[in-house]
Amino acid sequence: MTQAEPLASMMIVFYAMIGGAIRVSTPFLFVALGECLTEKSGRINLGLEGNLILGAMTGYAVSYNTGSAWMGVLAAGGVGVVLGVAHGWICKLPKVNDIAVGLAFMGLGTGLAFFFGKPYIQPSAPRLGSVPLGGWSNNPQVQQALQINPLFFIGIMLAVFLWWMLRNTRWGLVIRVTGDSAASARAMGVNVDMVRLLATAAGGCLAGIGGAFLSLSYPGSWNEGLSSGQGLMAVALVIFARWNPLRCVLAALLFGAAGALGPSLQSIGVSFGYHFFNAAPYILTLVIMIASARSRSAAIEAPRELSIIK
Amino acid sequence: MLNTRVIESVTIPLAALLVSGLVFSVFLLILGKSPATFASLVWTGGFSSWFSIQNALQRAAPLILTGLAFAIPARIGLTLLGAEGAVVIGGFSAAVVAIPLVTAGMPAAFVWLVMASAAMVVGAVWVGLAGWLKHHRGVNETISSLLLTYIAIAIVSFLIEGPFRDPGSANKPSTMPLGTDYRIGGMFDSSVHWGLAAGLVLAVALWVLMARTPFGFAARMTGGNLRAAQGQGLPVGRLLVACCAIAGACAGIVGFFEIAAIHGQANASLAAGYGFTGILVAFLARHNPLAVVPVAILFGALDAAGGLIQRRMEMPDATMLVLQGIIFVVLLISDTFHGRLPFGTSQRTGART
Repeated sequence: MTQAEPLASMMIVFYAMIGGAIRVSTPFLFVALGECLTEKSGRINLGLEGNLILGAMTGYAVSYNTGSAWMGVLAAGGVGVVLGVAHGWICKLPKVNDIAVGLAFMGLGTGLAFFFGKPYIQPSAPRLGSVPLGGWSNNPQVQQALQINPLFFIGIMLAVFLWWMLRNTRWGLVIRVTGDSAASARAMGVNVDMVRLLATAAGGCLAGIGGAFLSLSYPGSWNEGLSSGQGLMAVALVIFARWNPLRCVLAALLFGAAGALGPSLQSIGVSFGYHFFNAAPYILTLVIMIASARSRSAAIEAPRELSIIK
Repeated sequence: MLNTRVIESVTIPLAALLVSGLVFSVFLLILGKSPATFASLVWTGGFSSWFSIQNALQRAAPLILTGLAFAIPARIGLTLLGAEGAVVIGGFSAAVVAIPLVTAGMPAAFVWLVMASAAMVVGAVWVGLAGWLKHHRGVNETISSLLLTYIAIAIVSFLIEGPFRDPGSANKPSTMPLGTDYRIGGMFDSSVHWGLAAGLVLAVALWVLMARTPFGFAARMTGGNLRAAQGQGLPVGRLLVACCAIAGACAGIVGFFEIAAIHGQANASLAAGYGFTGILVAFLARHNPLAVVPVAILFGALDAAGGLIQRRMEMPDATMLVLQGIIFVVLLISDTFHGRLPFGTSQRTGART
């Protein structure tokens, strides 16, 4: 730490945390929006961690082979859809537990990603570009913090769209009814399994794109330690955001800031306790879950069909 | 005559294993590899010689214990992913309590006893916390136990790289090595360490506990219907925490043997993924403590053959992860056939509501 100017180094940490929060939160945001949509339809997909890792690997591999990072993002979304459809199809079978299926897909997605990802650990693939929004400031830290990936804006727009769609459209109503009472949905003539399958597929797609962000933007390379539970933390994040896509954005930013704490402190030379600060997002998640689990308003907003609530 | 449910719970998982083998063969064929070579290498690496059997049993030992760590809470209706964290933090505690005792030159048996107790207690408290949060705060135990695992790994890495780092461990930060006098050797002239014996004893003991005691009956009843158990005045909260604590203690012992028999010091190798493979072991065993043993030996053999397959077939080490993932998915699909097989369905009687 620079001893002379504690204020200056605090500002550096502050800027690094803002930039870090935006970067770290993007994959959280995509997984959380996907999980939010799936859970709104009354099913829980714990396997999004698998989608995230397989999406990261696929995105990197396709970007390397085609030379286009955006093709990689598309391919990652496609792989996410495949996993989501498989999850949705298996869960509609009677006597099958959706939480266990999620665990299985977490394992399968990770296994496939590590299996096919071995040759892509070394080579360098084209990354996604960033939009520099810090031009108004002369401060290089501000400029660096505001190098924002377009996927972040896409995520925000998606959140607004999902919020509007769930509230105001026929499809949104169908999803909400399916999630609150499968019996009522059937009485309305809704094919409950089909709605859940589509919602899981769409959620899987978003999680795959979130994975592509990990490998193609930040941290921006493919390796086996790339994701460490972001997919699962997003599930907790959705509970904290009470199944509201707009609140998912805020929650993702909060988690991103917690995740950026360790690297930000390292940027001013505080390396002591790096691993300890790495635990910050997990501890934050746990504290938030403890604080919000028994809250009455959360109980009201929860989709009634969710097995995790029952 | 055997109960239909017993027949089902043996045949359906076996059929699922068979189907998974077929699916994995197709996967290998697509990649241009030979399933026959794969099968013969699994045989060579896992079962064919006394050397490979020892290797398989050695690797089965932690899987028995982590399998039990998932199966026992599953009987009371909890899906706990905390075993991996309890292995790491239990192993670390064992390594740390050993440091002053080894320095003071205490007898090895006493040191092992203290180490094993520390690992079990810390593991039990760590995972028991997830059960306590479930009952008293309504926190979903699946997510909280997984978060506790990540927190355990982060805290242990922090402590190993910081205060408890042995200055001699330059490349890979580790705690102080135990020294050869304090290492647990193999059982009866074999290379299989005593963790296997611990696993077998605990499997039998926990089967007795769950199947033949009032505690086990109360736990299974709670797993079957929480409201009914509460209505009967069962101490549901204490049962939940006790099952989680048993799971944590089982996983803690894995950590102890990893330190005392395998690594001799705590470092990043503790997080070897036994906790996660144990989940699959428990599902295949249908959460029966006795059935966990043969399933764990099967996966131990697969693991033992892994290195051979990697070298001879030029496949990455993640091959086994893919195989495990396929088995897990197929197994869960097979769950749908329980109670729907063509034979013996007429025997299923009893009130449904």
